Amino acid sequence: MVAPPTLDQICPLSTLSTNARGIVVEITAGKDAVRRLASLGLTPGAEITVIQNPRYGPLIVLVRNVRLALGRGEAQKIQVRRCE
Amino acid sequence: MSHCATDTQNTPASLHVKSEFTVALAGQPNVGKSTLFNLITGLNQHVGNWPGKTVERKEGTYSFDGITYRLVDLPGTYSLTANSPEEMIAREFIIREQPAVIVVVVDAAVLERSLYLVAELVALSSRVIVALNMMDVAQQEGYLIEPHVLQAALGVPVVPMTATRNLGVRELLQTIHQVARGEIQSTPHVPEIREDHQSVLEKIRTLIAEWTPAPYPCHWVALKLLEGDQEITRLMQATLPPQQWHALHEILCAHDDALLAVASGRYEWIGRMVRAAVTRPRAGQISLTARLDAWAAHPIWGLGILTGILGIVFWLTFTIGTPLQDWLHDVVVARVAEMASLVLAAAPVWLSSLVVNGMIGGVGSVLTFLPILIIFYTALGILEDMGYMARAAYVMDSLMHLMGLHGKSFLPLFLGFGCNVPAVLGTRVIESPRARLLTILVAPLIPCTARMAVVAFLAPAFFGSAATWVSWGLVLLSLGVLVLVGIVINKTIFRGQRSAFIMEMPLYHLPNWRTIGLLVWGRVVAFFKKAGTVILFISMVIWGLSVLPTGELNTSWLAGLGRWFEPIGSWMGFDWRLTVALLTSFVAKENAIATLGVLFKASETEGLAETLAATIPVSTALAFLVVQILFIPCVATVATIRQETGSWRWTLFSMAMLLGVSLIAGMITFQVSQWVGG
Repeated sequence: MVAPPTLDQICPLSTLSTNARGIVVEITAGKDAVRRLASLGLTPGAEITVIQNPRYGPLIVLVRNVRLALGRGEAQKIQVRRCE
Repeated sequence: MSHCATDTQNTPASLHVKSEFTVALAGQPNVGKSTLFNLITGLNQHVGNWPGKTVERKEGTYSFDGITYRLVDLPGTYSLTANSPEEMIAREFIIREQPAVIVVVVDAAVLERSLYLVAELVALSSRVIVALNMMDVAQQEGYLIEPHVLQAALGVPVVPMTATRNLGVRELLQTIHQVARGEIQSTPHVPEIREDHQSVLEKIRTLIAEWTPAPYPCHWVALKLLEGDQEITRLMQATLPPQQWHALHEILCAHDDALLAVASGRYEWIGRMVRAAVTRPRAGQISLTARLDAWAAHPIWGLGILTGILGIVFWLTFTIGTPLQDWLHDVVVARVAEMASLVLAAAPVWLSSLVVNGMIGGVGSVLTFLPILIIFYTALGILEDMGYMARAAYVMDSLMHLMGLHGKSFLPLFLGFGCNVPAVLGTRVIESPRARLLTILVAPLIPCTARMAVVAFLAPAFFGSAATWVSWGLVLLSLGVLVLVGIVINKTIFRGQRSAFIMEMPLYHLPNWRTIGLLVWGRVVAFFKKAGTVILFISMVIWGLSVLPTGELNTSWLAGLGRWFEPIGSWMGFDWRLTVALLTSFVAKENAIATLGVLFKASETEGLAETLAATIPVSTALAFLVVQILFIPCVATVATIRQETGSWRWTLFSMAMLLGVSLIAGMITFQVSQWVGG
């Protein structure tokens, strides 16, 4: 197991544990995925809370008060700055 | 508003009296748009497809104050980019048809995300009304929203409402009426692009100003170009002179990250609106959705809950549905047949036989499925409307990954347990064309109620008390084959590609009976149409083939056809009658029983089940059940596959694959059970 990221560190969303919060810094996914994420509220600058991050499978996050299910692959391509 | 947009001039209200206005209903998925549409139009609605697209088009009419309005339900979309056919349709309709009013339904409980579509729409039209729906859910979640503040901030009318309780709908119709007649004129506050890209946008705007083709607003085209919208880029490449295009192309290439600047600009605009009009819930408050999701979306408990819910749905369907089906069969159909024979007593024997055996026997047995389908789709409708199905998709995601699919593919597949036709249609929720095609290809391997009815009839005849185990075994076999076929197709044809899983998990809410009722109604009507046309026709054809040319079944054309296929059938222990039953099941799965009924000519004293049990060996019966549950789907499903894939190649591939798989499985079953039994 990798140690959980410390405060202010930039890391992939997939490494944040349940209840952790962060600010989206960069999305490195393909154009179509970026567009779909943006229309669902996931843009750089948005605050994101991890609701559920099991060891395998998709995550549930809360962004702009919307619950989103994200595949682990997608979550690995979203860079966040951890806060709190 | 931007300088190059042309303002629509309103003709005086008096000229509009009695004329018909077009109102477009826009909104993101899960905001209660369908509920509102159904509430306003009731049964005055027409469901079809958008021309040339496999996207459902709903349109209806209603009257208000003596004026007829045409309400067009645009596809539910999160934005107006060219991400999907739905989004293309929505924006093309607004740009080309210029509806008198655009009502955009937003979910008050997820206002920020919901307003994204509003941000896109106000850039296209000033005749926008915001229907602030689900006020009850927002309140329940602890939000305090001030609609008049939001209205002032947006610059367009905002109507608070709760469509599920019919609250605010009259006010909405009143506002539509006023906007359509020009009594309310708005100047929306349009979002600006993020500062660092403003000058670029301006440059693009001046570059294309003279060349933008007619109905497209030039500031909007400029914005879409900067967003990297492929459709609009193609449009401008075709319209602009080469020199202009090159200049534009250079700018666009230098700013290919502008998409996020545009999106962020919209969210900044939204942020201002929300800050003004909304009081956030108290911190630390755990919502109902969060509490339920702790179980329903749990990676382990969630699967258990899903299994439990599925079990209950099937149990309810068959416990309530089967007695009703039997009653319909024994009482209603039998009585109609009796009456028909009395009426036709004086008619020629062939006519009476055609009506009683051919038509009533065939269609009647199909229509007895109605109670089962109604119960199944009502149960699914409730789960769908409550928001549970997104949780089912979430917990099934890992399993679907095996096939290179993701959780969303589970939803259409689940519909398939009722009937494969809605399953194939239901794949429209999957964004990636590849994942959608793969889901369509495996969907026929879900055992539908018609296939299960054949099992339910034959299994007890052959296996007595073990029938339940045999039936479950067949379902599991079918699902196992589905996963295997999915893995193989994904690894070979699609080379293991994987599509992004991004899905909204809507808040839970109480089901709306009207929405569910219309959902079930739509699916039942489709079933009736199938029974009234295809199945009626084929019942008559089969009857004809079985009596022509001699009047004797054993020497009929149908028998000839079965004997011709006998060499293949014999590998599975089939005689020609079983082969014929399988062939007729291509038309409708239930036909297998009807055909067996005709071919084995149940005598007066014993029923069909007893006759079959006496004449067919158990190993053959098992092989027959295996083949029929995996066989080519019914003609209605094949036609739907053709329609949805738009390709004969894939349709034929699907049929050939299922034929091969079912025959191989049948042979293995027959040989193994012979060896075990012998």
